[in-house]
Amino acid sequence: MPSFDAIVIGGGTNGLACATRLAQAGQRVLVIEGRDKLGGSTAETDPWPGYRSPCLSHLLTHLDPRVETQMKLADHGLSFVDRNIPSTALALDGNHLVLTGAAGDTISGLISDADRTAWQGLRKRLMGFAGALAPFRAMTPPRLAKESGNQYLKLAQLGLGLRRLGRDEFREFLRLALINIADVLEDDLADDRLRGLVAFDTVLGAWMGPRSPNSLFLYLNRLSGEISGKRGATALPRSGMGSVATAMIQSAKTAGVELKSGAMVERIIVENDRATGVALASGEEISATTVISAINPKTTFLDLVGPRHIDTGFANRTRNIRSRGGAAKLHLALKGTPDFRGANLRSRLVIAPSIRSVEDAFNAVKYGEVPTRPVMEIILPSAFEAGHAPDGHHVLSAIVQFAPHEPKDGKESARNAMLENTLSVLEDHAPGIRALIEHSDFLMPYDIEDRYGMAGGNWHHGELAVEQMLFLRPFPAVAQYSTPIAGLWLAGAGNHPGGGVSGAPGWNAAERILSRGRS
Amino acid sequence: MTDPRLHFKTPLRQTPFHSRVAEANVLNKWAAWGGYTTALELSDGEMEYSAIRNSASLYDLCPMVKYRISGADAGAYLNRLTIRNAAILAVGSVHYTAWCDDEGKLLDDGTLFRWADTEYMLCCQERHLPWLLDTAAGFDVAVAEITEEIAALSLQGPCSASVLNAAGFDVKALKPFRMARFAFDGGELTVSRTGFTGDLGYELWIAPDHAVSLWDKLMEAGAPWGIRPIGTHALDTARIEAGFIVANADFIPAHQALREDRVRSPFEMALDWMIDWDKGHFNGRRALVAERNGSTSKWALVGLDIDSNVSTEGSIIYHDKKREVGHITAATWSPATKRNIAIAQLLRPYHDQKSDNLWVEVYALRELQYAKLMLRAKVTPRPFFNPARRRATPPGNY
Ligand SMILES: Cc1cc2nc3c(=O)[nH]c(=O)nc-3n(C[C@H](O)[C@H](O)[C@H](O)COP(=O)(O)OP(=O)(O)OC[C@H]3O[C@@H](n4cnc5c(N)ncnc54)[C@H](O)[C@@H]3O)c2cc1C
Repeated sequence: MPSFDAIVIGGGTNGLACATRLAQAGQRVLVIEGRDKLGGSTAETDPWPGYRSPCLSHLLTHLDPRVETQMKLADHGLSFVDRNIPSTALALDGNHLVLTGAAGDTISGLISDADRTAWQGLRKRLMGFAGALAPFRAMTPPRLAKESGNQYLKLAQLGLGLRRLGRDEFREFLRLALINIADVLEDDLADDRLRGLVAFDTVLGAWMGPRSPNSLFLYLNRLSGEISGKRGATALPRSGMGSVATAMIQSAKTAGVELKSGAMVERIIVENDRATGVALASGEEISATTVISAINPKTTFLDLVGPRHIDTGFANRTRNIRSRGGAAKLHLALKGTPDFRGANLRSRLVIAPSIRSVEDAFNAVKYGEVPTRPVMEIILPSAFEAGHAPDGHHVLSAIVQFAPHEPKDGKESARNAMLENTLSVLEDHAPGIRALIEHSDFLMPYDIEDRYGMAGGNWHHGELAVEQMLFLRPFPAVAQYSTPIAGLWLAGAGNHPGGGVSGAPGWNAAERILSRGRS
Repeated sequence: MTDPRLHFKTPLRQTPFHSRVAEANVLNKWAAWGGYTTALELSDGEMEYSAIRNSASLYDLCPMVKYRISGADAGAYLNRLTIRNAAILAVGSVHYTAWCDDEGKLLDDGTLFRWADTEYMLCCQERHLPWLLDTAAGFDVAVAEITEEIAALSLQGPCSASVLNAAGFDVKALKPFRMARFAFDGGELTVSRTGFTGDLGYELWIAPDHAVSLWDKLMEAGAPWGIRPIGTHALDTARIEAGFIVANADFIPAHQALREDRVRSPFEMALDWMIDWDKGHFNGRRALVAERNGSTSKWALVGLDIDSNVSTEGSIIYHDKKREVGHITAATWSPATKRNIAIAQLLRPYHDQKSDNLWVEVYALRELQYAKLMLRAKVTPRPFFNPARRRATPPGNY
């Protein structure tokens, strides 16, 4: 039985970041990925001859600065088409609104001066809050217990950071922290397109609508991300999202990490209440001093560890991690250039014409139904650079919301209905697009779960919401990356600070493991 | 069937033995127990106690909660649930056991019967179905509450074996904590040599439609030995003498405790002897390992011998008459040992190193006036009463 200092289960961006950090500290690390390709949802596929498309994620908003610099991702080939691609709020009448710069610092298009000014004020305020919250992303969440090894100095600094907003802004922060985004948008803005865009961005990847309690916090979370030191960025990596994974894989290899793909971990071996290795589906067993799970916590405890090694209350708590996926993924191969009523294809195209449109789409999934008018975010990688589709052809990648994770009419028919409704919305905004479709691929949340192992198909491996954040993520007993089983750690998006292609949970976990080893 | 919507008219159910118990209950002292009407005292509490210790007593045990646990993983499941090793319990045997929550705090204690290789019955005071079902996830096991499917009687006392033999059930070879089956009344009777009195005794398990004939059979066969139906009061005296604890009397099950400091671990209830540290993981094990290794147990369960003959039930215990160090959870004048005994919880280390100067504060009601007494208490081993006849096989021919 081969032996390592650490085995990382799951070769997504978090697994790779965690493994690299440990290897950089001198550990012998093995990453085991179940799929043939490393990179998890950030990898790329060649679904049809001549086309390349992202697996799931198609834009970068949260790349952790430690991961970016200490993994030397630029040296390993990561560069950007644009670190801040514009966002176009599509309108049926062609009167689009375009936001450019970090988190839309400039708006072009027909919009009232009052809204322009109001947006500047709101954006500035929210960016301020997000900036104060951002440092939390890079630390182990505190524990509400005595002698729990909290990073008190850092916590104090962060608390101070919030207080430094000034009395009035701090009060505003407290007022807004748990409010819903729809109320704030309706207070401050009048333009439906702008409201719709921000509402959409807020709930992207979430299982909540803009009117759900504390949805605003998710917007702060979005704005707290950064790329190369730029907060609120929406970056498109050169030659596709897969290049993020590729750069991470290169970095891991350089650090000496061993990578094994096409190997499903079936079981975490626990002996004398200690994780001592993993058993693969092939029957092979590999041992290690530390086992790190960079897949979701539900599968980790309920399936890989199994109920025999955990307490009943703990198993209940794990089962109750809310992890409903609401995002579906559409990939289209197009034999021509679609026309979104003149919109710039070298931008992020968002179909979310109003708050109401987003909320209506969410309402449907609450009851296991398919929304008639889904809202979506569209990218045409082939519009930005060559190499994604044959000449004159395009590949379209869309995140479509909301899709029921447990459709009441069955999975097949929900998928068909969802695809049909999605295409019909697309056709409305880009007349003729359906006739251009050469191939299509559509993934519902349950398909995403089957293919990528995300519990419920949820973007974050467990819903990101105030009650599952920070020291509550995924739940208090395992919120510091450690678990009740000695030698077993968590490092995936299900842990603080949550999902997105960031590497942050993986990096934080590695830091925690290393500091525990030192202490 | 009566209309189920009329359930409110009978908030308490009657056990399958109710007609017979009611006949015997001339004092008409009833109490609710687990949703059933049960008798506290039938005709003479002292004579009822005396039947337990000197002849044979019959007690309606139906309200005890029973669960059937069956399936290929039944043993593994019970090993996860309980602190003792259920997998090594022999078929046809019974053991006393307990189970904890994640924090290693007691949820209940009870008796576990192994009916077959893959079938057990768990018998306890409180209801636990949600917890038992949650614990079953991932195991090939079926858990069902069968309280109403089985009528249970407790036949206890030095003459209990003779009564059974006279009734046609040969239990001479039956050892303590073993079970035997007999054909009866066209059905099957299971007899286990178990009980809650610390005396020679048996528990009888049968389908409810044979319950009354079993009662009648035993009363008839036992008449020469003076068999007597008893109520809960008499049993309680006997169980205190035997040093047994009861959920919600001597400890609060962790799922029911409202106050954070009321929960107790097996160490704190002197049940740690049952923990099997080597059987693999079980609920609460990590917390219990930490408690053991860190010696962090706060409480200890002890037996007390108290001066005078005044009942000390519920009293507070002081060290040096000043510092509050514990309380009494069960107390009685023990007729068998002629001592004033009690079961108590004491803060550590007042249960051993500092146990020399303990006092019980009692307010004794004397003709409308309370007299405040400080009574000397001495820590004594449990059981207070432990006769050899309890264990002898074959049982003595009384
Ligand atoms: C539809 C959709 C669109 C998204 N779009 C974006 C986006 O545009 N931008 C963005 O930043 N984020 C996006 N996300 C979120 C993002 O993809 C995830 O939050 C992020 O990938 C999580 O990274 P991870 O490393 O923790 O897990 P993953 O990327 O999910 O990687 C986990 C890996 O573990 C492997 N695995 C699972 N089980 C086992 C096992 N038993 N043995 C071995 N290997 C196993 C899986 O195959 C997978 O490769 C999207 C999510 C969804 C669902």
